[in-house]
Amino acid sequence: MPAPSEEMMEAIAEPAVPEVSAPRLVGHRSVIFATLAIALVLPFLVQSFLTFQLTLVLVYAIAIIGLNLLTGFNGQFSLGHSAFYALGAYVAAMLMDKVNFPYAATLPVAGIACFVFGFLFGLPALRLEGVYLALATFALAVATPQILKLSPLEYWTGGVQGIVISKPDAPYGLPLTQDQWLYFFTLLVTVIMTLLAHNLVASRTGRAMMAIRDNPTAARSMGINIALYKSLTFGVSALYTGVAGALGAIVVQFVAPDSFTFFLSITLLVGLVVGGVGWIPGAFFGGAFVLFVPNFAESISKGLSGAVYGVMIILLIFMLPTGAAGLVRAVTQRLRGQNIR
Amino acid sequence: MTALLDVYGLHASYGPTRVLHGLSFSVSDRGVTTLLGGNGAGKTTTLRAICGMVARTGEITFAGQTITRSSTEHIARLGVAHVPDGRGTFTRLTVEENLELGAITRRDRNDVVDDLERVFGYFPVLQKRRGQQAGTLSGGEQQMLAIGRALMLRPRLMLLDEPSFGLAPRLVHELFDILTTLNKREGVSLLLVEQNAALALELADHAYLLETGRIVFSGAAREIREDEKIRRSYLGY
Amino acid sequence: MELLLQQILAGLATGTIYACIALAIVMTYQAIGHLNFAQGEMAMFSTFIAWQLTQWGAPYWVAFFVTVAVSFAGGVLIELIVLRPIQHAPVLSHVAVFIGLLAILNSLAGFLWDFNVKPFPTPFGTAPLFANGFIDAHQAGMIAVTLFLLAFLYVFFRFTRVGLAMRAAAHDPVSARLVGIRVGWMTALGWGMAAAIGAIAGMMIAPVVFLEPNMMLGVLLYGFAGAVLGGLTSPAGAVIGGLIVGVIENLAGTFIPVIGGELKLTIALAIIVVVLVMKPQGLLGRPVLHRV
Ligand SMILES: Nc1ncnc2c1ncn2[C@@H]1O[C@H](COP(=O)(O)OP(=O)(O)OP(=O)(O)O)[C@@H](O)[C@H]1O
Ligand SMILES: [Mg+2]
Repeated sequence: MPAPSEEMMEAIAEPAVPEVSAPRLVGHRSVIFATLAIALVLPFLVQSFLTFQLTLVLVYAIAIIGLNLLTGFNGQFSLGHSAFYALGAYVAAMLMDKVNFPYAATLPVAGIACFVFGFLFGLPALRLEGVYLALATFALAVATPQILKLSPLEYWTGGVQGIVISKPDAPYGLPLTQDQWLYFFTLLVTVIMTLLAHNLVASRTGRAMMAIRDNPTAARSMGINIALYKSLTFGVSALYTGVAGALGAIVVQFVAPDSFTFFLSITLLVGLVVGGVGWIPGAFFGGAFVLFVPNFAESISKGLSGAVYGVMIILLIFMLPTGAAGLVRAVTQRLRGQNIR
Repeated sequence: MTALLDVYGLHASYGPTRVLHGLSFSVSDRGVTTLLGGNGAGKTTTLRAICGMVARTGEITFAGQTITRSSTEHIARLGVAHVPDGRGTFTRLTVEENLELGAITRRDRNDVVDDLERVFGYFPVLQKRRGQQAGTLSGGEQQMLAIGRALMLRPRLMLLDEPSFGLAPRLVHELFDILTTLNKREGVSLLLVEQNAALALELADHAYLLETGRIVFSGAAREIREDEKIRRSYLGY
Repeated sequence: MELLLQQILAGLATGTIYACIALAIVMTYQAIGHLNFAQGEMAMFSTFIAWQLTQWGAPYWVAFFVTVAVSFAGGVLIELIVLRPIQHAPVLSHVAVFIGLLAILNSLAGFLWDFNVKPFPTPFGTAPLFANGFIDAHQAGMIAVTLFLLAFLYVFFRFTRVGLAMRAAAHDPVSARLVGIRVGWMTALGWGMAAAIGAIAGMMIAPVVFLEPNMMLGVLLYGFAGAVLGGLTSPAGAVIGGLIVGVIENLAGTFIPVIGGELKLTIALAIIVVVLVMKPQGLLGRPVLHRV
C-alpha cells in the first residue's frame, strides 16, 4: 500500500480555510503529523474489533465531510444523506456480487453514480429552501429503504435480505489481517478525500459556495451562478457520502435496506453538529462520537441506553454549542495567548 | 423640574465593538430632550441601550428606579415606549392588531378603547386602514402606525428614533404638532433623535450633541439654536 | 366509483391522524421557528401517561384531561430546561438537541412500559357510523376532536390577548419586547400548547395504531409532510395538509399497481415534493424567512 506522500502531508498542513473562522490548531503541521502517526500505528496496538470500529469512524467521517460541504459551506440542509450512503453501498455491493468487480474499483463508480444522482436531485431541490428542502431530502431518506425492498428489483438488490459480500485480503502478501488491511485502505481513502475537501473549500469554487451560503443576493450580483453551484455542491456532497457508503459496505460485508433508514441521516447530522458545522476536521470527532458514544451508553445502562445517548448529545450541545470546532478554537486561542506572552 | 430619565456613564457595545463611551444626560419630567449627531454617532444605539436592547453598563434610572439591569419588556411595562428606527411594526398583523399590541400590557381595558379612538383622531388614515396588514401600508403610514402604537402604551416617556424619516414635509409638520400636543397637553416626556435638527431644537428644551459615542456639547436647546458656530460646524444649517 | 369514494373516506380518516400531529408541529414551529423532531415521541410519552392513569383505574376523561395538563407542563419544562439555554445556538444545534430528546423519550418509555404493543381505549366506540361501514365511531370522534382543536386555536389566536401576544412574539421578537411582551414566556407557552395538542393527538391515534414506544415514528413523518404541505404557518393548513397526505397515501396504495402498496409513503412524499416545487410556500403558508 502506498503510504501518504510527503507532499500530501504538507498539503494537509496548510491552514484550511482562512475565510471561515476555522480553528487553526488542527491545521498545525505537528498536530497533523502526530495524528497521522498515531493513526498508522494504532491497528498494531489494539484488538481487531477496535480496528474494525476505527475503520467505521473513518467511513462516517467521510460521509460527514460530504454533509458538511453541503450544509456547513453551502448552507443547504439535508435529511437525505442516508440515501446517498445507501446508493454508494448498493452500487459497490452489486458490482462485487454480480460482476465480480475488484472492491477498490467500486469506490469511483459509487462516487460517480452518487454525484450524478445528487446533482440531478439538487436541480429541482434548488427551488426549495430551509424546511422545504429538509422535507424533500427527508422524503428521499424515507423512500430509500422502501425502494430497496421493492420486489421487481429483488434480483439486483437481494430484497429485504440484502447482499452479503466477502472481506478482501491484504494484497502483495502484506503481513496484515483483513481488518488491519481494510483499516489502512480506508485511511488512505480518508486522507485523500479530506485533502480534496480542504482544497475545494479553499479554492475559488469554495469561496463561491460560501458566498451563496452567506448572502445569496450578493453572490448573484457578483455573477455567481447560484443554481449551478448549489447543484454541484449537492453532487459533490453526495459523492463523498456515496464513497463512504461503498467503503462501509466493504467493511461490514453486508448491505440491507434497513441499515439505511432515515436514522442514518440523523446519525450523520448529529456527527456533523458534534464535530462542528463548517469545519472539516470536525468530521473525525463527529464520526467517533456517533460510533462510540451509543456503545458507551449501552455499557452504562442496557435498558436506558437511548436515554443516556440523548442526554449526552444534549449535554454536549450545552457545553459546546458549536461542537468540537468551538472547543478546538478555544484551546487554540489559549495556546496562542500563551505563546505571545 | 426633576429628571424622569437619568443616564450616567453609559457604555454600550455590539459584541466586542464599543460604540458608546460613557454618555451622561437626562430627560426632565414632561420635558423634551433631543440627541443630535451625524451618521454613526451612536444615537440609535443610545436609545437601544436605554431599552436594554444592546449590552450596556453604566447607570440608568427611570422615575427613580434603576433599570440598567432590567429586560426590554420590563422597561416597556414601566411606561417607556420606543419607536425604533425602521419603525418596528408587526408587518404581518393588521393595523388594529398592531395598535392593540401597543396596549397589551395595560390592565385598564376600558381606557384602551378610548385610546384607540384618540390615536385614530391623531392619524385618521390609520382608521381607514385598520383591517389592513401593516406591511402593506406606505412608509409614512407605517411611521404613523409606529407612533400610534407607542401612544397606546400611555407612556410616560417616548423614545423616538427619527420619527420624521420618510414623511412628506407637510406630514412632518403635522407630526411635530402632534408631538407638541402630546408633550404639552398630556405631559409625555420625549427623547427625540432627529436628522432635522432645526425642527428638533424647536420642540426640545435640552439638546445633546453626539460624536462617535461621546457627548461633545450639551445645553439648553435655545442656546444651541442661537449659537451660530455650533450650528455651522455640527448641525450644518 | 364506489371504491374511489370509499378510499377517499378511509384516507380522510387516516389523514385526521396526520392532521392532529401536524397541528402540534405547526404550533411549535410558530413558537420557535423550528421543526421539532421529538414531537412524535413527546406525544407518545403523553399517551403512555394516559394509559398508565387508566391502568390505575382513572376513568377515560379524567385520564385524558390530566394527561393534557401534565403534557402542557412537560412542554413548558422542556422549553425552560432544554431549549432556553441554547436559544442563541445555531439551527443545527437545535436539531441535534431534538434528536437527543427523541432518543431519551423513546428509550425511557421502553424502559418504563416495555416495547410490547398495548391496546388503548377509545371513548367513542368502534361501531360503524353508517351502515356502509366507511367510517367508524372512533374515526368520526377523531375528526370532531381535530376540528374542535382547530376552532379552539383559531379563536385563541384571533380573539385573545395572549394569542395576539404569542403571534407578535413569533413574528418579531424584538418589537414584541418593545411593547412589553415577555417573549420567553410566550415561547414556553407555545411549547406547552404544542405538547398538549400532541398529547391529544397521541390519545386519538393510539386506539388505531396501538400503543408502543415506536408508534409515532411513521405518523410523525406523515405529520411533517402534512404540516409542510399546508405551509407550516397556518393551523388550518396543517389540518388540510394532513388530510391530503392521508388521501394521497390511500389512493396510491389502492390504484397504483404492484409498487403502489410497497411505496405508499414514498409516492405520497414524492407528490408533496412536486407540489412544493411548484408552490414553495406550501398551500396556505406565508413566505418563510430563511429559518429551518
Ligand atoms: N448591530 C450592530 N452591530 C455592530 N455595530 C453596529 C450595529 N449597529 C450599529 N453599529 C455601529 O455603531 C455605531 C453607531 O451606530 P448608530 O446606529 O447608533 O448610529 P446613529 O447615530 O443612529 O446613526 P444614523 O444617524 O445613521 O442612524 C456605528 O458605527 C455602527 O456601525
Ligand atoms: Mg440611527
